[in-house]
Amino acid sequence: MAKTLFDKIWDAHVVREVAGGLTVFYIDRHLIHEVTSPQAFDELTARGLTLRRPGQIVATADHNVPTRHQDQPIQDPLSRSQVDKLTENCAKFGVELYGLGHQYQGIVHVIGPELGITQPGLTMVCGDSHTSTHGAFGTIAFGIGTSQVTQVMASQCLLLDKPKRMRITLDGELRPGVSAKDLILHVISQLGTGGATGYFVEYAGSAIRALSMEGRMTVCNMSIEMGARGGLIAPDATTFSYLEGRRFAPQGENWDRAMAYWQTLYSDEDAQFDAELRFDAAAIQPMITYGTNPGMGIPLSASIPVLADAGEAASFDKSLRYMGFQAGESLLGKEINYVFIGSCTNSRIEDLRTVAAYVKGKRKAAHVEAIIVPGSKQVELQAIAEGIDQVLADAGFELREPGCSACLAMNDDKIPAGAYCVSTSNRNFEGRQGPGARTLLASPLVAAITAVEGRLVDITQYLN
Amino acid sequence: MEKFQTLRSGVVPLPIENVDTDQIIPARFLKATTREGFGANLFADWRYAADGQPKADFILNDSRYQGHQILLAGKNFGCGSSREHAAWALYDAGFRVVISSYFADIFRGNALNTGLLPLQVSDEVLQALFAAVTADPQLPLTVDLGAQTLTVPGRAEAIHFDLDAYKKECLLNGYDDIDFLISQEAAITAYEQQRSWIA
Repeated sequence: MAKTLFDKIWDAHVVREVAGGLTVFYIDRHLIHEVTSPQAFDELTARGLTLRRPGQIVATADHNVPTRHQDQPIQDPLSRSQVDKLTENCAKFGVELYGLGHQYQGIVHVIGPELGITQPGLTMVCGDSHTSTHGAFGTIAFGIGTSQVTQVMASQCLLLDKPKRMRITLDGELRPGVSAKDLILHVISQLGTGGATGYFVEYAGSAIRALSMEGRMTVCNMSIEMGARGGLIAPDATTFSYLEGRRFAPQGENWDRAMAYWQTLYSDEDAQFDAELRFDAAAIQPMITYGTNPGMGIPLSASIPVLADAGEAASFDKSLRYMGFQAGESLLGKEINYVFIGSCTNSRIEDLRTVAAYVKGKRKAAHVEAIIVPGSKQVELQAIAEGIDQVLADAGFELREPGCSACLAMNDDKIPAGAYCVSTSNRNFEGRQGPGARTLLASPLVAAITAVEGRLVDITQYLN
Repeated sequence: MEKFQTLRSGVVPLPIENVDTDQIIPARFLKATTREGFGANLFADWRYAADGQPKADFILNDSRYQGHQILLAGKNFGCGSSREHAAWALYDAGFRVVISSYFADIFRGNALNTGLLPLQVSDEVLQALFAAVTADPQLPLTVDLGAQTLTVPGRAEAIHFDLDAYKKECLLNGYDDIDFLISQEAAITAYEQQRSWIA
């Protein structure tokens, strides 16, 4: 029978089906970090259990870490205690930890792929909703809560109901200045913040095929922002060439064996999806969000909609009040105070290259604070090796050390109340970047141009 | 996990859609390494001013709704992050049931693993409940998990709600998935041996 890509990987990980339609589902790789793991380790100890497969877990410190002076002790006592607890637990339970100062440290969803831990056909989980990022490799990857972290630690399995399958096909060539981020912001703006709830999404079409692995990661990363359990893309030559030679990618004979399997990972021609959506990628424009969920996005040059549905009006109005915007107005010309380039969505070397290429020889606007937080130590070192650090410094941008940073503002990297921040991250929720902060989600290119201009502009006028 | 069987309680209405987990418990309060105490910061940025004083216009600070254990919220409740701390915060603040017309997937799972019942109703029922609770802030609802019914005073028929049969058993008895998964050890080992070359 014809199968979707999702079904092929799902079926290969069914340990057994149990009554009531639930599946004992096997997890190949488990990523953990300091924020959602301490209670799971404690629960394990309280029940007299231990890690079933410590070799299938990789840990890093990312959510809560400072992005300056990582060689010094963490100042905030609570953050320090959480990071120390992770170090303690990893030592006690025998988990590989890429902690602060380690050459492989970084945002969990950046390091998995760059180390070759993320591979096609695997199942991966992490106590973080953006685990969907790893789906870019043709991996079933999804975020879980802390109780589930404990379950995977104890049994290497989860008890799941099978999600429905959705395929989103994006055909056409992206316009100049339009990136993977614009593509996914467009899709989410069309589906809404809950439009894919209950589904696992496969992204397909010529626009997806044309994306680099980093672009594909950006797309899959934001699947959760429309409620999807996860997103995935069939592996192809782009995937295989990205993986070859990475630290934990298969080598030699194992590589050949893996390749033979990976090449079977695609949706069969007659495979049935529970929902199918198509978008014309060539019509997508540079995007921006104007509200307080990622579904509230528009082309930069468009106006904020006027809501017709009165049922949703209260929440919509609340959102615009928070942002200080009016229904029907254009965002062009709005003054921006902060630009944040970072997060598991857009903090990889290609993102930094995009920013550097634009700002080279330019200078940020005087009233803008522009922060760039690389996704990992490896990205940071690569940026330095390419001279990107100098380009950014000359333009008045500050290149920090790796971590989640102002995406969720758990550390000191916060946007002040009332200030507008154009951010390459994934969520524009109220207070996400600090109490009262106003976030506008955009691509790295839009962020870079905004930092230089100091206000929102129609970026198509600024491209070479 | 504590058992959940029946509950008769007043309701706290929060007629906002897409309530995300960053509102339920902002990230800066996630630095604790235990499960307890998150209730104090439930809805922190809606509930308290910057100086820590309660905001008079937020429903949790309204004396008429104190002690109510059922939260009634707009659709797509719990979207956003996977932080189970959101479910812990609601539970720690005394809530045992959240009613909405749909829940984000990860939140729903987290709630069930915490002993908090995510009770899904239709959009029409949700609007009717908002109207009823607004008219009478003390209106007590009765949730009977065994019968899968929600009873509203003045409404002729009880409202049926769906819940996975396994999850229902877990809540009724206070079980969680770990015990079940541990009991599958032999099947898991057999599975691993059959495909060991991949992992």
